[in-house]
Amino acid sequence: MEQVHPAPHDNARLVRRLLLLVAAAFVFAFAMVPLYDVLCEATGFNGKTAGGIIRDGFAVGGLKAGTAPTPAVDLTRTVRVEFTGTVMPGLPWDMRPLTISLDLHPGEMQQVSYLVRNTSNREVTGQAVPSVTPGQAAQHFEKIECFCFSQQTLGPGEAREMPLAFIIKPEVDRNITHITLSYAFFSTDGQRETLTSAREVR
Amino acid sequence: MSSVTTTHPVEQHAEYHPGGLLRWLTTTNHKDIGTMYMTFALIMFFVGGIMILAVRAELFQPGLQLMKPEFFNQLIGVHALVMIFAALMPAATGFANWMIPLMIGAPDMALPRLNNWGFWLLPPAAFLLTLPFSLALLGFGDGAIATGWTFYAPLSVQGGWGVDFAILAVHILGISSIMGSINIIVTIFNMRAPGMTMMKLPLFAWGWLITAFLLIATLPVLAGAVTMLLTDRHFGTHFFDAAGGGDPILFQHLFWFFGHPEVYILLLPVWGLMPHVLSTFSRKPVYGYKAQVYSFIAIGILSVVVWAHHFFTAGMPIPALIYFMFSTMAISLPLAVLFFCWIATMWKGAMSFETPMLFAVGFIVLFGIAGLTGLILADVAADAQYHHSYFVVAHFHYALFAGGIMGVMTGVYYWLPKWTGHMYNETLGKLHFWLTVISFNLTFIPQFFLGLAGMPRRIPDYALQFAEFNAISTIGAFILGLSQLLFAWNVWACVRGGKKAESRSWEGAEGLEWELPSPPPHHTWEIQPQIK
Repeated sequence: MEQVHPAPHDNARLVRRLLLLVAAAFVFAFAMVPLYDVLCEATGFNGKTAGGIIRDGFAVGGLKAGTAPTPAVDLTRTVRVEFTGTVMPGLPWDMRPLTISLDLHPGEMQQVSYLVRNTSNREVTGQAVPSVTPGQAAQHFEKIECFCFSQQTLGPGEAREMPLAFIIKPEVDRNITHITLSYAFFSTDGQRETLTSAREVR
Repeated sequence: MSSVTTTHPVEQHAEYHPGGLLRWLTTTNHKDIGTMYMTFALIMFFVGGIMILAVRAELFQPGLQLMKPEFFNQLIGVHALVMIFAALMPAATGFANWMIPLMIGAPDMALPRLNNWGFWLLPPAAFLLTLPFSLALLGFGDGAIATGWTFYAPLSVQGGWGVDFAILAVHILGISSIMGSINIIVTIFNMRAPGMTMMKLPLFAWGWLITAFLLIATLPVLAGAVTMLLTDRHFGTHFFDAAGGGDPILFQHLFWFFGHPEVYILLLPVWGLMPHVLSTFSRKPVYGYKAQVYSFIAIGILSVVVWAHHFFTAGMPIPALIYFMFSTMAISLPLAVLFFCWIATMWKGAMSFETPMLFAVGFIVLFGIAGLTGLILADVAADAQYHHSYFVVAHFHYALFAGGIMGVMTGVYYWLPKWTGHMYNETLGKLHFWLTVISFNLTFIPQFFLGLAGMPRRIPDYALQFAEFNAISTIGAFILGLSQLLFAWNVWACVRGGKKAESRSWEGAEGLEWELPSPPPHHTWEIQPQIK
């Protein structure tokens, strides 16, 4: 038997190592942000559409133009594409697709448009964020031209047809016969302000 | 372990006893700090309980009678945060503080001042979490966090002040837990009695060791997630804001990367103490020590790779769904090993059913129901039906009340004679057990039926068809809540007096802690025992 006091040196070293583990876990949480985007890109998680690889500041899945269109058209099957859209709270706009749904062959380019109207009496800027369902189809949904590639500004009471040109790549799974493209239009100016006023309204 | 023999500072410390409040504010003694943790946990257990009784009262009948939906939403979220972070986790840390040094033959925790600080962070955090309720009463802000305990974005990005208070409270609670975990790991690694190898470590210490590592690996991820939430709310970042290129689903991944291991963080200390109790009252050695240690480790590792089963319905590719389904179900294998070890420990034992044993056996049965209903929820096809229904609510209360709280009560009744030096009132203890177990089932079995019938959780009103089961559930909840007063009374009475407890308070009890007098002196194991 002996009276034992553990050397403080030992404890300090173990504490330092454990703190390192804590720091690593904290950094891991932030590393998940870009990793998650890359993963969604690769797998079509969450309906993020093709063409947006994180290269510059404001690039995210589906908000950038697709690469060169794939030429071959698969005439052996048709896919029905449905269009929908939502305006998020804080943006005083209306939106509706001028084409509700459309049958097309994979590989052929199609153009549709949305009618968007500013219901307020001031100039407002918004950003549309696309999402494709089912997620497995997202990476084969390629937008050539889209109003979601940039922010849109509408004057007081202004209404505008906003175009969208796209291709469903022939690589899309044969089991997929219906695809839904949905836009959420967000306000880009005065986020906090509008949210506060939204709460006050309630 | 080195053997520097400087007796002087220890003696000086032993003689320094400030009285009154100052003793508790400044104490670095593991027993004092353990007592404070347990007391705090008990108080917050009643605070969280009162909140949910208000919720159950509102749900007694369809329609809105007692409160506005906003207040209802605040109560359910804060109930969960209080019960998890301010009741169950501190109770487990209290056990660790009291028992780990006694069980491994260490004179105290390795980092006593950190220990004191870790505890005293808790009351301010609990205050911050619940303060918005009072502020709203005075006309400031719109009340506490109303998003449920999960903080899901974008709701939490848009919520009122309560979210900020909750974020700060979670940060402080997290720091406290991480400090406690570091302390426990250092104590177990560096301060074991000579001869106590890792494979002779008491199972309770093993359970806590895995919990501590899980806390260190996952709590910082939660801290990161709520920090992103805070900057999204106030500093113009867009981590979870789709308009700015973020993604609200990312929040769910980050949250549940912490949230699922959290379930095992709450349960591992209980699984650790269970074999001690079962072996004591069966008068048999623990069955399958090594199997239980390896199961703890296996569950610890598996728990960090299954998180997405909490949001199967958020939209995931099929291969991901299948992966998360099977990995989740795989956890039931090491868990089944634990169940078999518990049952085998009792097998052909000379069993007696004092209150701790009643709670332990009740725990095994009811926690088994939690495990089996968990398998149903892990099934992707079935989960589409049951997700966000009362079935889930019933399932996790079988896990966290019957598994967590009843497990804690097992340990409290078991070690109370050691802590206080008195035997508690056995009749009252048994009454408490039977009232608890009956009213618990009365509360939550109807919720399984409600969930199967399609009643969604977190909604203050419901369709008429759900009225009977909700009324039964509310009656059960009130009996359950009131019978916990018996527990508080029994503990209080036991602290004040009662039949003198012997060193070995239970006939079949084995372990270093039972070689010390009851109650143990302020300083124990200053000369470490030699383990053969």
